[in-house]
Amino acid sequence: MSRLLMKGNEAVVHGALTGGATHFFGYPITPASEIAHAAARYFTASGRTFLQAESEIAAINMIYGASSAGARSMTATSGPGLSLMAEGLSYLAGAELPAVVVDVQRAGPGLGNIWPEQSDYNATVKGGGHGNYSNIVFAPNSAQEMCDMTRKAFALADAYRMTVIILSDAYIGQMMEPVNIPETVTFSKRKDWAVYGDAESRENLIVSILMSTLQQSNHNEHLQEKYRRLEETCIEYEEFGIKDADIVLVSFGICSRLCHTVAMTLRKEGYRIGFFRPKTLFPFPKKAINRLAEMKKPLAVVELNTGMMADDVELSIKGQSEILRYNWLGGQMPTVKELAIKVTDDLGKLRKAGFGGKS
Amino acid sequence: MIKHKKPTAFYETFERKGHNDTSTHYCPGCGHGTVHKFIAEAIDDLGVKDQVVFLSPVGCSVFAYYYFDAGNIQCSHGRAPAVATGVRRVHKDAVIISYQGDGDLAGIGTSEIIHAANRGENITVFFVNNAIYGMTGGQMAPTTLNGQKTLTTPLGRDPGRDGLPIGMAEIMNAITAPVYIERVSLSSTKGVLKTRKAVRKGLKNQIDGRGFSFIEILSPCPVNWKMDPVEAREWIAGNLEPVFPITCFRDACSQDQKDSQIAVEHSVESDQIPFMDDKELVSLLKVDALIPNLEILNLEEDQLVKIAGFGGQGVLSGGVLLAKCGIAEGIHATWLPSYGPEMRGGRAYASVILANDEIGSPVVDEPNVLIAMNGPSLDAFEDDVVPGGFILVNSSIATRKVKRDDVSVLYIPASDIAKKEGLTAAANVVLLTIYLKHKGIMSTETLRKIIPVSVTRKKFINTNLRIMDKALEYYDNNVRI
Repeated sequence: MSRLLMKGNEAVVHGALTGGATHFFGYPITPASEIAHAAARYFTASGRTFLQAESEIAAINMIYGASSAGARSMTATSGPGLSLMAEGLSYLAGAELPAVVVDVQRAGPGLGNIWPEQSDYNATVKGGGHGNYSNIVFAPNSAQEMCDMTRKAFALADAYRMTVIILSDAYIGQMMEPVNIPETVTFSKRKDWAVYGDAESRENLIVSILMSTLQQSNHNEHLQEKYRRLEETCIEYEEFGIKDADIVLVSFGICSRLCHTVAMTLRKEGYRIGFFRPKTLFPFPKKAINRLAEMKKPLAVVELNTGMMADDVELSIKGQSEILRYNWLGGQMPTVKELAIKVTDDLGKLRKAGFGGKS
Repeated sequence: MIKHKKPTAFYETFERKGHNDTSTHYCPGCGHGTVHKFIAEAIDDLGVKDQVVFLSPVGCSVFAYYYFDAGNIQCSHGRAPAVATGVRRVHKDAVIISYQGDGDLAGIGTSEIIHAANRGENITVFFVNNAIYGMTGGQMAPTTLNGQKTLTTPLGRDPGRDGLPIGMAEIMNAITAPVYIERVSLSSTKGVLKTRKAVRKGLKNQIDGRGFSFIEILSPCPVNWKMDPVEAREWIAGNLEPVFPITCFRDACSQDQKDSQIAVEHSVESDQIPFMDDKELVSLLKVDALIPNLEILNLEEDQLVKIAGFGGQGVLSGGVLLAKCGIAEGIHATWLPSYGPEMRGGRAYASVILANDEIGSPVVDEPNVLIAMNGPSLDAFEDDVVPGGFILVNSSIATRKVKRDDVSVLYIPASDIAKKEGLTAAANVVLLTIYLKHKGIMSTETLRKIIPVSVTRKKFINTNLRIMDKALEYYDNNVRI
């Protein structure tokens, strides 16, 4: 099989084009800019559309237009740009328009810095803009997944008529890894709700204003029902070493790469470490995590934020097991050694407290 | 001739409104109805009803979709020109109408309107200026007149505090791309007829593929102005028109304004590359693909490599070469650069991992190989190398010796070797060649195969390959025991 060495950011564009994307609207921002660079190259060379917008606000609204017009469209940004897109994301949700948005997270708040954080968790998983809505959120941890998840995102966005966010981070975006380019997807291009500027679609209306409180309420119920359906169909996660684990490391994105190494290294030294990684952050794998808690596995949630996913873990397990929160901020990331020491130290404490030691 | 029949571009009854479905939601004496009617008539007369995509803004005309029998998209406040851009890039033949009020276009949406105009988007913008926020109940607009009382300027607009009323048509006229910019007024019968003509022209331009048309319409808002409809029209003539002059600023499509030809030329669409089919697309994406060796390499030890030096020394590209060698050998590889503003100061480093198994963290905190291309990078990373590790020093630039005695070290005058062949920038190739050779990681032939597919400036491929030979020659003569 032929493989390409490329940045996670570039892999996004390969996934997008094989996933049927035809329009990219974006505004440059470190550490996401390579997505725009690659899109400018490949979208243009393949006769698709790349347009550099005047701002992230314009970019998300160009998507609103292109998506209303039936196209598969996307953008890519980082935290400060995501903040500007919050309004557009809410409108997309209200009008039930499909869209794909990649967020290559950097450290915040404010201008922050360009090193990896995972602090846009709440801003993406909990919606980000105003109103009752959610986005599907994927958390890739490799260049291959940047490609594959983006490719898949377009099908899901169309199927559920909602925004799919690829929640990446500075390291996953900047890192180069080998990527297998997937085949192109086939899909029905005509959408019966979109506005094509032709007779057949003349009756179609894209709107997010519903003046009747009853209509607005029903619309919200409809959205919530859609989100519940996602929990049955599109949750993805990865786990290993659970059965005998004395502690399970729970992480996503770049932290899951680190936790993978730590779990494997410590296992070689005789520690019984489990590994759990949500690949979808919304819908969140509540049941799978709750199962870990029912097995009384202590869960160490490793994140580059203040514990945003740990909050969701806590809600999922309803107090049935211990949660340890390992958090790094500001773009700092622990070394494998530092994290391993933290885990083994805490394992000792947990044992004293009566956890672990049984398989 | 003025028609009195309801245009077919309007729905017969306004079902979307939900109640009173034969009348509009607009207040008595409001100008929106007049403008709506002219647009609907023009759509009928130009025969483009099926192609119309009508963008409703936030403001009183948010419900324009109640009335227009057309494809309708309701947008967020001020963003209609960006939404229009999105639609335009998908449907070349759609007739796109961006209908905006003064809060929308002249306030919150100034960025979107200016840039859509500057791109010369082939759309028609109707800017209804009534000098007040109508839907929200009568607050100051960017176009509110000095001294005008509104809910947020109860003592009148104070230019010292609020600035002067903004002339959007004048701003549009400072941009090259628009083909048609005109300000009209609904203050009189004559103005109304002129408005009708302007609306048509704006739409016709778009249908003819001319480019961006902008029609500003001074329009009455009797309710928020607290006047009766007749007073309101008089107030436009007496107060708004002196501040917002009724003028055709530009009509590049008319015969008598040849000087604006530049605008028309600007809006000619750029050449679009034909839409590739799936097969062509995949071959475009796979153009640089590497075919790994059939026999997969087995490393004795995972290689955790840090390459560091000045920006421009080929630090990052050297790392890429190494990672590509790994892929070609069928093993796992990651490459992580220093990036962004960090690079501006001239420091560059890359972490490369080559491993038999899947790689977890791509960060190399404790390298077992350090390739130090200059002195500062030796200073920065020497202590991080694991005991028993390997440090390869570019002794052409890094003049000091390694202090550690628990690592193995090679000093190679890499920049000098490369410089002799006329390409100092290929010092990275010298060091990679010697690293692969000395540590026996893989055959240097793999690197020889990778260089031609990896070096971006093709004229340097042969020089790079020659430099590889020189590096091996140096190694055989000076290092090999």
